[in-house]
Amino acid sequence: MQFELVSPERRLASMEVNAVRIPGADGDMTAMADHAPTITSLRPGILTVEKDGGDEKFAVTGGFAEIGAGVTVLAERALPVGDVTQETFDGWVAEAQTAREGAAGDTVDAAVKLLADLVAMGGEIGLNANQPNL
Amino acid sequence: MPSLKDLKNRIESVKSTRKITKAMQMVAAAKLRRAQDAAEASRPYTERFNAVLSSLAAAVGDSEGAPKLLAGTGSDQTHLLVVMTSERGLCGGFNANIAKLAKSHADKLKAAGKTVKIVTVGKKGRESMKREYADLFIDHVDLSEVKRVGYGNAAGIAADVLKRFDAGEFDVATIFFAKFNSVISQDPTAQQIIPFEVPEGAEAGALYDYEPSEEAILADLLPRGVATAIFSALLENGASEQGARMSAMDNATRNAGDMIDKLTIQYNRSRQAVITNELIEIISGAEAL
Repeated sequence: MQFELVSPERRLASMEVNAVRIPGADGDMTAMADHAPTITSLRPGILTVEKDGGDEKFAVTGGFAEIGAGVTVLAERALPVGDVTQETFDGWVAEAQTAREGAAGDTVDAAVKLLADLVAMGGEIGLNANQPNL
Repeated sequence: MPSLKDLKNRIESVKSTRKITKAMQMVAAAKLRRAQDAAEASRPYTERFNAVLSSLAAAVGDSEGAPKLLAGTGSDQTHLLVVMTSERGLCGGFNANIAKLAKSHADKLKAAGKTVKIVTVGKKGRESMKREYADLFIDHVDLSEVKRVGYGNAAGIAADVLKRFDAGEFDVATIFFAKFNSVISQDPTAQQIIPFEVPEGAEAGALYDYEPSEEAILADLLPRGVATAIFSALLENGASEQGARMSAMDNATRNAGDMIDKLTIQYNRSRQAVITNELIEIISGAEAL
């Protein structure tokens, strides 16, 4: 199965894979060959690619995935997990925090969830979000 | 008749101008390649994104309660024109062409009794739009500090536009930029970004399952669509600017060369005239003796 990870600025990955674990907005899902055609939006989380010779992990902050003959993930920001530094992560968290503070009405829930997902993702890759009061 | 010294000075000054324009041309050529690479690199994302967005929009489009970014506000009274130009001049008619298109658009809307608001991106466009439409001018986005346009810049502009839309400041938004065809041709283009226009021939991709739901994904995608449209416009503009500068500087270099040739001929002629004059003087002096 062909897997593509593209961001607006460049194509990040394009490879033959066995399965892709996608952090969908409604929960994680694993796409394997011949998965039903699906489009899902993403939450901040870890995208795991299973292929021959080991897994690869990418951190994504949002976007959406199109599952058809292959899997195409369109993420505004995506990085191999190893490349996510505390500094980049702090930047993401700060941005989500500003968004939460600026949110009003219906968007508050979404902004809070976004921040929480981001913090959870940080925990998964071992980065501290500095958010004791969540 | 200018003196020999004047001519010599002019030749020197045109020569140094030619050196500068030549250097600028080469710099523009290098930057053009980088700009084209950036535009090329963004293409997979934009293409996939637009394909998904179009098929979703076509599927949801007619239903009631479709998002405002797709269905519009139900009115088209107030128009927002986002005019994107370069931060620097010396690129031929690049900025003037975009401004001209935006102005004709604005005049047409005004004649139809619509309200027009103008936001500019890039210093050059601000100067010319502000001169003529000072009363319609509402904001300017400064990218002069930005070395390489990134998605973040586009997302920032999009967030600003969307905030105004949510606040009900306008009904229709159109962006103006130059589409890059080749080094010698860039088309000034107007593209409506709000409400989203479903391209003709887009079919509802009914074979997909949607998670969470079609409407939720569409509501999530539409604002991103604005950012994506602005981002690709910025990249096109970047390539167009460098292309326009390259051909403008190529022309300037060639003109400077022609001018140097002409001045050199004139210089040689005057020098010859001076020598002939001196000879005549010597001969007539000798004959008078």
